[in-house]
Amino acid sequence: MFDFLDMDALLGAFWVTVKLTVYSAIGSLIWGTLLAGMRVSPVPLMRAVGTAYVNVVRNIPLTVVILFTSLGLFQTLGVTLAGDNFTVINFRLAVLGLIAYTAAFVCEALRSGINTVPVGQAEAARALGLSFTQVLTLIVLPQAFRSVVNPLANVLIALTKNTTVASVIGVAEASLLMKSWIETYAALLPIVAIFAFGFICLTLPTGLVLGWVSKKVAVKR
Amino acid sequence: MTSVLYDAPGSRAKWRNVGYTVLFTAVLALVGWWVYDGLSSKGQLDWAKWEPFFTSSQPYATYIWPGLQNTLIAATLALVIALPLGAVFGIARLSDHSWVRGAAGTVVEFFRAIPVLILMLFANAAYADFTDISSDVRPLYAVVTGLVLYNASVLAEIVRAGIQSLPRGQTDAAKAIGMRKGQTMRHVLLPQSVTAMLPAIVSQMVVIVKDTALGGAMLSFNELLSSVRPMSANYGANTIASFTLVAVIFVALNFALTSAAGWLERKLRRGKKSTGAVVHAGPGGGLETVGPGGDISTQGDIK
Repeated sequence: MFDFLDMDALLGAFWVTVKLTVYSAIGSLIWGTLLAGMRVSPVPLMRAVGTAYVNVVRNIPLTVVILFTSLGLFQTLGVTLAGDNFTVINFRLAVLGLIAYTAAFVCEALRSGINTVPVGQAEAARALGLSFTQVLTLIVLPQAFRSVVNPLANVLIALTKNTTVASVIGVAEASLLMKSWIETYAALLPIVAIFAFGFICLTLPTGLVLGWVSKKVAVKR
Repeated sequence: MTSVLYDAPGSRAKWRNVGYTVLFTAVLALVGWWVYDGLSSKGQLDWAKWEPFFTSSQPYATYIWPGLQNTLIAATLALVIALPLGAVFGIARLSDHSWVRGAAGTVVEFFRAIPVLILMLFANAAYADFTDISSDVRPLYAVVTGLVLYNASVLAEIVRAGIQSLPRGQTDAAKAIGMRKGQTMRHVLLPQSVTAMLPAIVSQMVVIVKDTALGGAMLSFNELLSSVRPMSANYGANTIASFTLVAVIFVALNFALTSAAGWLERKLRRGKKSTGAVVHAGPGGGLETVGPGGDISTQGDIK
């Protein structure tokens, strides 16, 4: 019944899923923070650009973004991201697409975190004579980060599941391996059960650990 | 404009902001020029590649409209089937019997932890192996099934959060006038919580519409996204133009849904007939119940 089970291939595919998740998470955290900075900045033009980016990207299917990186960026415009073969190029394009998409959600999570800090906190800090940098680093950000753990955990979990979309452009991650196994072997239920279990192993602990952390650090108001 | 981060700008801050604006405009112009240069050097900005979308209705009649129809059909079917299922599981998670709660909770958490693509691939293979659904409609069945399995579990959480957003006094009052558990749910809790859930349900519709595109790319379901390839093949490799058009349609559709959700939420929070509590989908898909005063309590950490 389990004669399809090639452990090396399975772990290899999930390793690609993990790599996609980690690289995209780091990238989208950086890009998302920059976007959030733009959306809360005092400069109207920056706010407008940030808002436009988030509203457009949030409403486009990730599949469109990923497929565009391959058909549009790579095949039409010749963007290779310094990769020399299809495996590397497609992987990097997928990471790029995931970063561009996920950053919009990271930005919204961070912004909602900043918005949960009552204005009185900053006003009190200013009244004490704290400078902008001091208000930001000593008062606002410490409180904002604590309320943002849970939304960011949700974004990370959604990102883990979204990496399967990379299979659309042929990145050899878990769901692509599942597709080929389903087509090759007549053991649908065991195959799907194994891959489902694999994803639960990735997403459930993330949710539990970060959920615990977010309760631990939450600001009681 | 004041915010938690900065005070209303004084004269010096105003000049500083002007400086930032100039700098930022320069950066934007640089990026814009870079994109323009990349596109035009590959001839993707030639009028011939964009012209069919502006001068004739043929691309819309042949590719866009049939694709959009399939997207809407799949999304609507998925929502209509997932809603009652989600309601059943959401209510089951609030049951007084621990085994019902446990079973419903396990099912909901299981389907929420799995990528929707895995569910679609599974449904597609299962229909091919175990049923004799013809292969022209099988992608639609598979896409809808995958979407229903995933979204029913998300909607279950929305329903649960909606019911829990009601004040405890509602249940107590229903008990006090002698209502049974089923009557309390049907006559008191559900009707009131539906208003609180509406914005989150409309927001979920956006997620469903976006996920139908997966079926186009992986299961050869003929939805909006899958019209890009034949369209760009037919109009002289205008890949960028075709993608732009499809993306604009998706954004317009989903933006309308998002705005509707926001409008409903604001309207309900001001309303006098409901409790004023609203279930609201957070950025990562987490749910939070926003009370009448705008205070947020996060519910059901999403896995």
